[in-house]
Amino acid sequence: MIGHTPLPEQAPDGDPDPGHYHLRLYVAGQTTKSLKALANLKRFCEEHLAGRYEIEVIDLLENPRLAAGDQILAIPTLVRKLPAPLKRIIGDLSNTDKVLVGLDIRPRAAPV
Amino acid sequence: MPPDVTAAATIPATLPKAPTGIDGFDDITLGGLPAGRPSLVCGAAGCGKTLFAMTFLVNGATRYGEPGVFMSFEERAEDLAANVSSLGFDLDGLAADGRLAIDHVHVERSEIEESGEYDLEGLFVRLGFAVDSIGAKRVVLDTIETLFSGFTDPTLLRAELRRLFGWIKERGLTAVITGERGEGQLTRQGLEEYVSDCVVLLDNRVTDQITTRRLRVVKYRGSAHGTNEYPFLIDGDGISVLPVTSSGLNRPASSEVVSSGVPGLDAMLRSGGLFRGSSILLSGVAGTGKTTIASHFADAACRRGERCLFFVFEESAQEICRNAVSVGLDLLRWVAAGSLRFEAARPSLYGLEMHLARMHRDLDRFQPDVVVVDPISAFRGPDTEVHATLLRMMDLLKSRGITGLFTSLRNDGALQEGGDQGLSSLMDAWIKLQDVEANGERNRTLYLIKARGMSHSNQVREYRITDAGVELIEPYVGPEGVLTGTARLSQAAREEAVMTRRRQEVERRRRDLARKREALERQMQEMRAALDAEEDEANLLLTQEDAHEAVLADDRTAVASLRGAAE
Repeated sequence: MIGHTPLPEQAPDGDPDPGHYHLRLYVAGQTTKSLKALANLKRFCEEHLAGRYEIEVIDLLENPRLAAGDQILAIPTLVRKLPAPLKRIIGDLSNTDKVLVGLDIRPRAAPV
Repeated sequence: MPPDVTAAATIPATLPKAPTGIDGFDDITLGGLPAGRPSLVCGAAGCGKTLFAMTFLVNGATRYGEPGVFMSFEERAEDLAANVSSLGFDLDGLAADGRLAIDHVHVERSEIEESGEYDLEGLFVRLGFAVDSIGAKRVVLDTIETLFSGFTDPTLLRAELRRLFGWIKERGLTAVITGERGEGQLTRQGLEEYVSDCVVLLDNRVTDQITTRRLRVVKYRGSAHGTNEYPFLIDGDGISVLPVTSSGLNRPASSEVVSSGVPGLDAMLRSGGLFRGSSILLSGVAGTGKTTIASHFADAACRRGERCLFFVFEESAQEICRNAVSVGLDLLRWVAAGSLRFEAARPSLYGLEMHLARMHRDLDRFQPDVVVVDPISAFRGPDTEVHATLLRMMDLLKSRGITGLFTSLRNDGALQEGGDQGLSSLMDAWIKLQDVEANGERNRTLYLIKARGMSHSNQVREYRITDAGVELIEPYVGPEGVLTGTARLSQAAREEAVMTRRRQEVERRRRDLARKREALERQMQEMRAALDAEEDEANLLLTQEDAHEAVLADDRTAVASLRGAAE
């Protein structure tokens, strides 16, 4: 089952808005790391991407066949499906700077 | 047959094993890899780890009814399938049948950003899903150490790998984990610490520009195993391992005699041939007809309805067959009939061990009664190694009761003599071919240096290679040894002249005698005639005397009567 968490401000599907973020979080059961990752993700999406993001949570214990498709090894893994290119961030996303840099929300060169 | 003298060391198979189906490997591990446990196969790049693992998996799926999962961390599924298709492995077909699953795990450091804690549960999920989807019993992880380049935290990875191997054991999966050879240890990341049930080391060594692949079972917990380095072979038929040192000196000795294919040679041996299962060395310099005699040997075996395997290292099979035609041997028909098989390879193509491994495999496949190796002198390398290789080759043949003919190109120089003798002690029979140069010509002779277990002629015999094959010629021994060629012919002519003279002499004597006898007989006749005449005369005289006596008696009677009347 895909845990879809659409937000009311979400842009309509198919909108080629380059600022729109399609994020997918892979977890395996309700582990501490997973819950922490989801909480962290939601928090800074609200902070930095309010209104232009979409989070999909995939529990691999329920959908194991989806693991191969996105080359998931580590759990939790956050995959940025949109905008291209595809990005992967692993871990419980506790290092906010690394997440923001990884998602290109904040430029790499920017002072921390 | 004598009773089995050495007690066979039977090891009770307590540990369940999963056969790999790799020729020879299951022999040295007494059954295969430990079932339900992970095994480590390590080695440097290009030594055949992936092929080993894939063979284990495919054989499991096709021969032993155990589906398998191949988790590749390096090659993509399509590449894997293409790489092994030449070995006849149909990965796509097996995958379609649900007997094989391939999962390519792509790890790219640059695509992964790390932020906070994580674990490798995703890997477990993927593996678990693949295993469950086909009911797999076997798993290959090739090469899992790649993960160390994808993630920054080696401590975490080690913990996760330990957990993974524990998980594999728990699920009862027979797993092959491959690892790249590291410096000072078996694998780069020291995986041998985690996978400790069975460790197999593959090696690819280059000596004198010749590569030899070797395999060693470093450890095998809970089981006996062959501990040596075994050469193994990767070719069009996949992997085969050669357990070379398995043969001991415990083998039946046949007293059956087989023909050498050259009638004159058989006649030099009291028993009329060579023992079955013996090793025969045929040595001689270039052009003495070693291969021709070997062809006879092969032909004779095929005529008896046996199978002959002919290893050639300096000629092609076609050349040998063509050359054999010139001495009246049709080897091609045996090839066509399947009883004769040529295996031609340049000696430099593989190392000695590889040649041995290849021969071992060919012997297994063809099951010959007779083997020809032409020539063993083609093997180059350190003396001790060549010697050891040939020893094992001979052991290999003897342990199977195969009669082996080895040809050797010996230079006439004394230097090589020693080498040959070192070899000759291994041989049961040694036929030496020689070129004798005299009177401006070159002739071929042969003699038997040894033939264990049978009395044999000690003569040096000349032989000729004719349209009808190799022919031994009656020996002519002169003051300087055996006479050959025209010397033999002139000696024969001389002997013929002597014979003629002697015959004439005898004839003359006989005539003289007859004449003498005639003369004497005539004389005797004359004397007898004279005697007869004398006898006749004597008889006449006697008769006359008798008559006279009678007359006298009558007279006396008359006188007496007259006297009586007067009284």
